[in-house]
Amino acid sequence: MNAQMPVLIVVVPLLSAFAIAAAGWFNRRLCMPTAAAALGVATLCTLGLLLRVIQDGEVVYRLGGWAAPWGIVYRVDFLNAPVLVLVAAIALVNLVATSRIVVEEFPGKEGAFYALYVLFVTGLLGMVVTGDAFNLYVLLEIASITGYALIAMGRGRAVLASLNYVFMGTIGACFYLLGIGYLYIMTGSLNMTDIASFLPPLYSSKAVITAFIIIMVGVWLKMALFPLHGWLPNAYTYAPSSVSSLVAPLMTKVMVYVMIRIILTVFTPAFTFRALGLNQAVVWLAVAAIFMGSLMALAQRNLKRMLTYILIAEVGYMVGGAWLGNRAGLTGAVLHILNDGLMTFCLFLAAGNILYRVRGLNMEDLRGLFRKMPFTMGGFVIGALSIIGVPPTCGFFSKWYLILGGIQAGHYGFVVALLFSSLVNLILFFRIIEVGYFEPHSEHRHEGQDHAPSMEEAPVGMVVSLLIVASGLILAGLYAGDIVQRVVNLAIPESIV
Amino acid sequence: MSDFFSHLVARYNYWIYITLMMIGLYAMIAKNNLVKKIIGMNIFQTAIILFYISIGAKKGATIPIISHGSGHEAHVVKAADYINPLPHVLMLTAIVVAVATLGVALALAVQVYRQYKTLEEDEILQKIRES
Repeated sequence: MNAQMPVLIVVVPLLSAFAIAAAGWFNRRLCMPTAAAALGVATLCTLGLLLRVIQDGEVVYRLGGWAAPWGIVYRVDFLNAPVLVLVAAIALVNLVATSRIVVEEFPGKEGAFYALYVLFVTGLLGMVVTGDAFNLYVLLEIASITGYALIAMGRGRAVLASLNYVFMGTIGACFYLLGIGYLYIMTGSLNMTDIASFLPPLYSSKAVITAFIIIMVGVWLKMALFPLHGWLPNAYTYAPSSVSSLVAPLMTKVMVYVMIRIILTVFTPAFTFRALGLNQAVVWLAVAAIFMGSLMALAQRNLKRMLTYILIAEVGYMVGGAWLGNRAGLTGAVLHILNDGLMTFCLFLAAGNILYRVRGLNMEDLRGLFRKMPFTMGGFVIGALSIIGVPPTCGFFSKWYLILGGIQAGHYGFVVALLFSSLVNLILFFRIIEVGYFEPHSEHRHEGQDHAPSMEEAPVGMVVSLLIVASGLILAGLYAGDIVQRVVNLAIPESIV
Repeated sequence: MSDFFSHLVARYNYWIYITLMMIGLYAMIAKNNLVKKIIGMNIFQTAIILFYISIGAKKGATIPIISHGSGHEAHVVKAADYINPLPHVLMLTAIVVAVATLGVALALAVQVYRQYKTLEEDEILQKIRES
């Protein structure tokens, strides 16, 4: 059982998706518990794997017992073990938190919804755990296709936004596939470490450089790095709130992980940061992403839409940090994958809670919310502080490493962009807190009387989950030193200083 | 000039896949009708499938089926005599992915048509602006 953990985190959710779809026909009340059980098993397995990796180092699992270059290998090391825990845990908490919304929003469709939900998580977990470049493409498409369907379950423009996402997402995935094809021509292998062992003599080959650039463009499209971000705001804004709090924190983060994996494992830092000579250009691209994401977030009047633009800026943080090419920058990027996953999850959950009670997320809908939903807004404020980067929340520590990396690399444009984005985030969130705290509630029925609107919180399950995630933000901040020392530091190859 | 042509002819499979890819990309960007865009997307994916299929080919090689199976005494298999089956197998998966993407996209197009009563993108955007 213990030895099978790497494969169980993919197989259990995958098979449970079929069980859930079948349960949807017979007894719809079984769907949610089945999904929760499957994701619970996956979460336990990822935790077990993380502990095993911390104790014994890298874990390699050969599917079907076939040895590495011929068979598919699942490889868990210090880089992906924490990302696995993040994905599985967020998926599980979100499942429990939003179960009430799902029943009300999609009556009669629980079977389809939860089957897609679990398949989406399967795709993400598989992408993170796999050590095979083509296998990664297949799992990427599993996650993407289920993601399109989940987003299209929303109201209003959701279907059109999802179709737009299909076009962009398919181009991204196809570019990745094409790049892998070039690498296969050059090396004759699909296993990541095997490709890496063949590549060094080929680093000056035009085909390999083209392959690298094509793969990067594909991955950037999927993670919505600035000029390629067009699909993201609409898709995540119009998605149902139970979906956006799952897809928004996870999809972009997992793609950033894939980028770092390709930079560090398939290609070596010697190629990416020294032979290629694109560092500066990509970091400037990230700077543009941070500026544009922050500025466009300022222009939004809808809370969820504003969060999607903040997400675009955050992608810039991670890409920039990773491409600085020094230890502090990469530490910041890897740590920010974990922290930003939690932060955006916290904020989107809070937005979901607000939407559940208020039925709108425009600025005027948020009036007087601190009186009406004190606990939800408490969780929201912690998430907001973390995005701004206020200690002791976890957002501070990853931003600290990113800024440190920028200074060490002498890239002051990136440092300025990070500080600028923090200031803009401060304005953004304090505007919301001001509206929520000081402006009177819009549905004030007893005009003239000094009568506070009664408290009307979201259902207990949703509030409790949000508060758990919010306290997780503070805990991750308090233990940031341990996380960096015992996990993140070991994920970065020693050749990077 | 003749150098260029010999280059073009020698690697015609790459030129075909690039041409097909650009046709697909053009349709996705320039066409106004959503179904045409979806077909463009499918052409784009098919181009990559053809690219993979073509890289498995070898001059003078045959299909990779070894006529005398296991049980016979060991025999040497010359890899150069058989085309590479691996890209073909990979593309079986990619075809499934392409079909699934096409299915989802067409289902979404049906939903869009039900919602807006048209598949022309400019008319849909017009309706969104008016509402």
